[in-house]
Amino acid sequence: MKILIKNGRVVDPANNLDEVCDILIESGKISKVGKNIKASAEKTIDATGKIVLPGLVDMHVHLREPGREDKETISSGTKAALKGGVTSVLVMPNTNPAMDSAENIKLLQQIIKDSAKADVFICGAITKGRLGQELSDIKALKKQGVVAISDDGASVDSDKLMEEALKLARDENILLISHAEDKTLSNKGVVNLGLTSTRLGLKGISKESEYKRVARDVELAEKLKAPIHIAHVSCKESVEIIAKAKKRGAKVTCETAPHYFSLTEEAVLSYDTNMKMNPPLRSKSDLGVRKTKKISSLSARNSGLSAWKLNSLWQSRS
Amino acid sequence: MSELIWERKDLLGLEDLSREEIEFILSTAESFKEVSSREIKKVPALRGKTVVNLFYEPSTRTRVSFEVAAKRLSADVINIATETSSVKKGETLIDTGRNIEALKADIIVMRHNYSGAAAMLARHVNLSVVNAGDGWHEHPTQALLDIFTLKEKLGKIEGIKVSVIGDIAHSRVARSNIWGLTKLGAKVTVCAPKILIPPGIEDMGAQVTDDVDEALHNADAVNVLRMQFERDESNAFPQQLEYFKNYGITEERLEKAKKNIVVMHPGPINRGIEMSSEVADGANSVILEQVTNGIAVRMSVLFLVAQANEFIKKNEDTN
Repeated sequence: MKILIKNGRVVDPANNLDEVCDILIESGKISKVGKNIKASAEKTIDATGKIVLPGLVDMHVHLREPGREDKETISSGTKAALKGGVTSVLVMPNTNPAMDSAENIKLLQQIIKDSAKADVFICGAITKGRLGQELSDIKALKKQGVVAISDDGASVDSDKLMEEALKLARDENILLISHAEDKTLSNKGVVNLGLTSTRLGLKGISKESEYKRVARDVELAEKLKAPIHIAHVSCKESVEIIAKAKKRGAKVTCETAPHYFSLTEEAVLSYDTNMKMNPPLRSKSDLGVRKTKKISSLSARNSGLSAWKLNSLWQSRS
Repeated sequence: MSELIWERKDLLGLEDLSREEIEFILSTAESFKEVSSREIKKVPALRGKTVVNLFYEPSTRTRVSFEVAAKRLSADVINIATETSSVKKGETLIDTGRNIEALKADIIVMRHNYSGAAAMLARHVNLSVVNAGDGWHEHPTQALLDIFTLKEKLGKIEGIKVSVIGDIAHSRVARSNIWGLTKLGAKVTVCAPKILIPPGIEDMGAQVTDDVDEALHNADAVNVLRMQFERDESNAFPQQLEYFKNYGITEERLEKAKKNIVVMHPGPINRGIEMSSEVADGANSVILEQVTNGIAVRMSVLFLVAQANEFIKKNEDTN
């Protein structure tokens, strides 16, 4: 079967392409990209005035299954992803049970096989139960098919354990994704620490709670020559640490999410819990840094897509 | 006339209010104050209205004050203590609010341990919501009665110097006082050990010091907050005796201050911790007058929000 997409603005960074042209698809594969393609296709899509993108990859999603199917499932989450043009997702391991063993990964793979609407890649847990106490069998996770490991939602507090995990990930050739947060500093905070937290009378989350942990993780990875990826970076200090390390040749990448460079902490001043997230929305100056050239050192952006039940918004976060 | 100045169905905090609105509550309170000195302490202003006190945190002074205020306006008052209510069965705040609305009540007066709870409730019900303290956020009627008392004692608010001393970080009273007093032109200094000064408080319009003698120097009034030792999770609070030694308001310290300095406290007092008994009961103390003035201020607030809500509803009916 042939499909012809006509007159769309085709944006394809991998091929350095951004222009209005046509795309011809034959038997499920793109066979031609160019102006005024003449072909007799069974289906022609008029994309005039529209943007045509390659399938997007969201490398940081929470699909909640197994364990919290009341919030989201593999099926509902991947359906939503497709609606937004995202065709591949990397699911974080903070499910119940956590993705910390080959058996649990197997269980999830079966659910994906049965119900996923988009491509789903699995991120395993660095430590058992994501508790930061005992390493998962990372070799076995890799063998079962995870492409990355992370304790997302929690940071590995022990330097020693983090070091061992980085070594194993390096040797197994999988990416370690760091959720950088020192919880003794963020201490059950809910909004950015500063005037906003003071005005609202809410506990604040300092930037230090993020960037000090970023600094530690980047330093460990650099020493071990291990690749590391820092998830959902929210403040300029973290970006600076990462950019400097990258310049020195460290194998560090990071991502941020659209809300961190389009919204500031002021959005939360009306106690709108839709604007409450972890890490929290930061100040105007953090927004500014992300708009500068330093953004080029960020290698990915995620949606932070995670579903919350409406009635749990008021009281919970994690 | 009042509709033009006061159009809010709720009172959630002083941050949102204009100077004119605050002054209007205070002047309305002045006219209500006299009611409490009558032989028959009652006016029919809210006859037929129902006020529900919904308290999720322990309170004596504020709850009783609101109850007395509502009764002196001839409203019917219902008290809900959440310890013995359906909240214990897991009912959400919004459901509780909607049920109270279905009972055709007119005003909910709410105290809640979560900052922002009053704002959220007000978004979900059409009846009036009066914030009687939400978390560390605001306690608007306390600040209004503090300002009312200061105005009575000092004759004006514009230009006066007020020091707020104590646990600023965890205090809704401090925040409401800063907003209210600075809007009316007073100079506010907050004073506490550094760990109890929240970040960014200067940007709310307050000066900051950790030296109590500096805070007392030249101040026209001092508002002494209760030390909330029960809130200490950091184990970094000063010890009680250490706090009294360094920050406690004593006669000795007051000797170096202005002779007529007004001493306030929102209660309940920890005697011998944030102030000595001699000061609490001394000539400069207006602590019990604050309690009396609280009735007039709360009568004013209940009256104004009820009137505004009636006006809003009438407008909706005619549109």
